[in-house]
Amino acid sequence: MKSRRMEEVLFKWLMIFSLVLVMMALAGIIFVIVLKGASALSLSMLIETPKGGYYLGKEGGIANAIVGSLYLAFGASFLSVILSLPVAFALQREYTSRRVADWTRLVLDILWGIPSIVYGAFAFVVMVYFGIRASLLGGIIVLTLLMLPIMIRSMEEVVRMVPLELKEVSYSLGTTKIETTVSVVLRQVIPGTITAVLLAFGRGIGDAASVLFTTGYTDYMPSSLLDPVASLPLAIFFQAGTAVPEVQDRAYASALVLLIIVLLVNIFSRILERRFSKYVVK
Amino acid sequence: MSHISLKKLTVSYGNHDVLRNITIDIPDRQIIAILGPSGCGKTTLLKSLNRLHDLNEEVRISGDVILDGINIYDPQADILALRKKVGFLSQRPYPLPMSIYDNIAFGPRIHRMNGEQVLRQIELLEKNNAMLGSFSGFNPRIDRSRKNSEMDYLVEYYLRLAGLWEEVKDRLNAPAARLSVGQQQRLALARALAVEPEIVLADEPTSALDPVSAALIEKQFKLLKNNYTIIMVTHILRQAKRLADYVIFLYMGELVEHGPAESFFGSPQDERTRAYISGEIN
Repeated sequence: MKSRRMEEVLFKWLMIFSLVLVMMALAGIIFVIVLKGASALSLSMLIETPKGGYYLGKEGGIANAIVGSLYLAFGASFLSVILSLPVAFALQREYTSRRVADWTRLVLDILWGIPSIVYGAFAFVVMVYFGIRASLLGGIIVLTLLMLPIMIRSMEEVVRMVPLELKEVSYSLGTTKIETTVSVVLRQVIPGTITAVLLAFGRGIGDAASVLFTTGYTDYMPSSLLDPVASLPLAIFFQAGTAVPEVQDRAYASALVLLIIVLLVNIFSRILERRFSKYVVK
Repeated sequence: MSHISLKKLTVSYGNHDVLRNITIDIPDRQIIAILGPSGCGKTTLLKSLNRLHDLNEEVRISGDVILDGINIYDPQADILALRKKVGFLSQRPYPLPMSIYDNIAFGPRIHRMNGEQVLRQIELLEKNNAMLGSFSGFNPRIDRSRKNSEMDYLVEYYLRLAGLWEEVKDRLNAPAARLSVGQQQRLALARALAVEPEIVLADEPTSALDPVSAALIEKQFKLLKNNYTIIMVTHILRQAKRLADYVIFLYMGELVEHGPAESFFGSPQDERTRAYISGEIN
């Protein structure tokens, strides 16, 4: 009897320990980035383009990288949503046999696990083949490839959670498959879909390796899809790699900006999620 | 009036026959109770009457279900028209992920009913049956100056028919998911009736409900049976005695006995029926 109670206490503390560890990791990241980045962060850094050659100077700002990252991440998220929703719906049992659906999931899981540098290298070869130069378009395409498996798999999990009985109720009213999918299933999964988009967005905006070969290098704002574009992860990468302490601090300021963007998108999507979950049937 | 009959219906999951060789002609405009112990195939029988097994790859069906002279398992059969004729109430009510109002309007909108058709449907129902004659406070006048006035009228009519109007009239735009389970089941009834089926299938419609809500559903069924054929699965013997005009008794996937409730309960023919009624098996 005593040993069972000991076991209970032991596992309780193990859980608390793990929980605290995870919380401290987040707190630690925020603390270090704010501590090292806040001092270097200034208005001019947010609104000016770099002076002194690809971020390596101490003057100017990272406005082009901020704008570039937003273009890249939102562009790729938009493209991914358009492609992912139909796939997630197509994997429902009405449309796809369980066998095919299982294989598709396996393929997507493998794609999810492929390192982003490999996506970058792959996209580079494709771009060379089609004669596309390193550009905003190239970056959006490679980020879309990177996001697709994450988005489809997360959306599909949510679609699969829709109770079969809810669909039966809809079908018994005389609806077609597509009517049930669009009018009932879609409404039911919107909150979960927002989470899926958020997951993919987070991976996309923070990824440096995949855009390394595909977006090019520039100190200027992008003005068309075919222009090279800068991005925050690469700005951090190059600034942090210099030997000059002031420039290194600017890397942390860039990281802080990236962190703030991700947090803002997170909060905004939570609000959206709450708004849409009002009608969801539990 | 739609009429339904079964010829040598066999339903199997994988290699296991859940229903064997069921042949029966179901009487119209009555409450038909499908009785039997758990796992005897009651729900399977019910769902095979409007092809709800289509969503399950493992289910194999042979034999005929004849609805208005057409075998519904004929690949040429118009399954949407069939399902419109046959309403369905699930064991646990599932509101659609939308407002109370939209839950009722969903079916008529899917079937592209215009205002005139809505009015004619209700007029016909009232002329033949004076369904709402006993309800006080129902003003069948339509304010044609308002947009969607016909649909408003339809929603009110069917909510009254299901005995839910008074409880929800002030919050028609609230999410249906926020209703109590008992209210949700009456909403499901109103939603099913709104597409004007002639047969209503109900799978243990009161088993998830509190006694008061269950009594309300039973009361609505008694009111509706003059105009609809109601086929209800139940494992509650007393409920079948209270409601049923006709009883179908299944045991281990076999149709053991069927007949008018009076003779079924009064002078059962089969040994197993007698044992079930007396409570020796359940």
